[in-house]
Amino acid sequence: MRRAFLVAAACISVFLSPGRSLAAENSIKVGAWLPMTGAVAAYGQDAWSGLQIALEMKPAILGKKVELVLVDTKSDKIESANAMSRLIEKDKVVAVIGEMISGDTLAGGPIAEKARVPVVSPTATNPLVTQGKKYVFRVCFIDPVQGEVAAKYSINTLKARKAALIIDKSQDYCVGLAKFFKDHFRKLGGKIVAETYCVTEDKDFSAQLSTIKPTQPDVIYAPNYYSPVALFTKQARELGIKAPVLSGDGAQADELIQIGGKEIEGVAFTGHFNPKAAATALAKDFIARFEKKHRNREPNAFHALAADAYFVLLDAVSRAGGTRGEAVRAALATTKNFEAISGKLSIGEDGNAVKPMVINIVKNGRFEYLATVNP
Amino acid sequence: MTFSTFLQQLINGISLGSLYSLVAIGYTMVYGILRLINFAHGDVLMMGCYFAFYAFLIFSLPWWVSFPIAVLMTALLGIAIDRGAYLPVRKAPRISALITAIGVSFLLENLALVIFGGRPKAFQRPPVFGHAIEWGDLRFLTLSLWIPIITFFLILLLLFVVYRTRAGMAMRAIARDMETVRLMGVDVNRITSMTFSLGSALAAAGGLMWTLKYPQIDPYMGIVPGLKAFVAAVLGGIGNVVGAAVGGLLLGVLEIMIIALLPSLGGYKDAFAFLILIGILLFRPVGIMGEKLPE
Repeated sequence: MRRAFLVAAACISVFLSPGRSLAAENSIKVGAWLPMTGAVAAYGQDAWSGLQIALEMKPAILGKKVELVLVDTKSDKIESANAMSRLIEKDKVVAVIGEMISGDTLAGGPIAEKARVPVVSPTATNPLVTQGKKYVFRVCFIDPVQGEVAAKYSINTLKARKAALIIDKSQDYCVGLAKFFKDHFRKLGGKIVAETYCVTEDKDFSAQLSTIKPTQPDVIYAPNYYSPVALFTKQARELGIKAPVLSGDGAQADELIQIGGKEIEGVAFTGHFNPKAAATALAKDFIARFEKKHRNREPNAFHALAADAYFVLLDAVSRAGGTRGEAVRAALATTKNFEAISGKLSIGEDGNAVKPMVINIVKNGRFEYLATVNP
Repeated sequence: MTFSTFLQQLINGISLGSLYSLVAIGYTMVYGILRLINFAHGDVLMMGCYFAFYAFLIFSLPWWVSFPIAVLMTALLGIAIDRGAYLPVRKAPRISALITAIGVSFLLENLALVIFGGRPKAFQRPPVFGHAIEWGDLRFLTLSLWIPIITFFLILLLLFVVYRTRAGMAMRAIARDMETVRLMGVDVNRITSMTFSLGSALAAAGGLMWTLKYPQIDPYMGIVPGLKAFVAAVLGGIGNVVGAAVGGLLLGVLEIMIIALLPSLGGYKDAFAFLILIGILLFRPVGIMGEKLPE
């Protein structure tokens, strides 16, 4: 009985363990270093389904099949570092796509740097992620730009003069973005009336909101991930706070709307992508395939940017003519005017992408497109 | 801080604290009777929420049907956990049971991850719990009234079961001396299973209130309520049901007041909760309402 159970358990664990593959020798292995579970599971899962479509669109390079090796970072910094080591040492990948959030990418970056394995992050926006690193790249804009656009939108469009903030102290992304917003908002003549803090697993924001309420802000800036933004905004409305809530690119997951319900209406955020603003040929193909595969769903920023990371990486491999780390790195660094799904992008200084940004707003339970801001 | 802001914060604190109380009473009851710190309590709570979620989603049952079903299913899960995991180590040293509890906790989390997926799910809040009550500058949800009322009635129910029924008498006897109780011809395993099912049902009730307040469920959602309930139970005197309720309320109010009075320390709210735990363990290990342990 016990033995039968153990055998069954072993079979199940083999069946379930991610990243296991019976790979042919003649393939190029690329690591998919994604948060499939934990606080930001939606990013990883969206990225993974975006990568599936990208793989379908371009399954081979240099005559070899591309094989994606998935590892779960559990949305955790320590797990992210371990997952990166595993990809490099055990799976022997030639390059890595991921992580989706800044804190996790910062945790695994140095390991890849040391092993000279190029990393392309779809959506890690904190400037530190690539700073001083030769092998870490990204296909998204960075937070100083995002903070500036959010501050300008608050002052010019929302006519806000007083802003309140809530900052997740345990996320590099939130701390960075809040700082850039504050700097620009003050520079444009605005005043920060309240600054409150939380940590990643928090679900109750009533104390922070009750502190914010008497300061009567014109706008509340909540640069955070989808779950906390949804819960925070919901609780704000329940406490009778009517000020518009503004967020960053982390807000764009279906869960924001599902969890936030009708209270989330009117939340605007700076983002990477909106299918309605997509212009390139690659984008049209991607959106068509996505909508065919996932009925009643639109691709969001995380689907699109994961695919962009894939295409940019493959483009670099083909220009490098091989998969040697140094050569791919050099090719990645010289990416120019690549027609990606999220618009035309070039890799600039520090391995950061130079590209347009969109402003989205939640309207009638959907992400609606508001404006595009060019670099 | 003005007086009305202070009152609002107090309401926030009581509302959060009563939630901690509700989760803590099941925790402390299981400890009081079996001397087992059930680290899987939070994860049982999570399973209860998923049961309610699927009862609502698949069978589209109204909340007043799906909630009792979820509580019942969780009680059965409690029995299954007891039979599968705790029964084989019943006679082993207490540390083995503790480690088993941690194992059960991981098992439940990962099982939920495989079955339900890692993405959070949105929980629909029935409108009866979601009305906002406005009173001058103060605002709170009807839910914030419901939770303390439910907690109060569950405590009464629990005290009734433990002190006024035959099974309750057996539970109290087991707490003193399991072997002698067995010699008296009481089916110890049945009573223990009952204790677990009761504890799990209480966890499910706590979980349901938790998701009504924070309408999002995911496989790791039980960790934080589990830890907070543990702190609340120790604060109130572990094993003491009324103590756990008081401990929970106190913890909730303290957490909110720390953020309210020292907004710049808002990120360290949990650290304060655990500092309280360490302080209590150092200076008054029996908690606020606990009695001195007989040697």
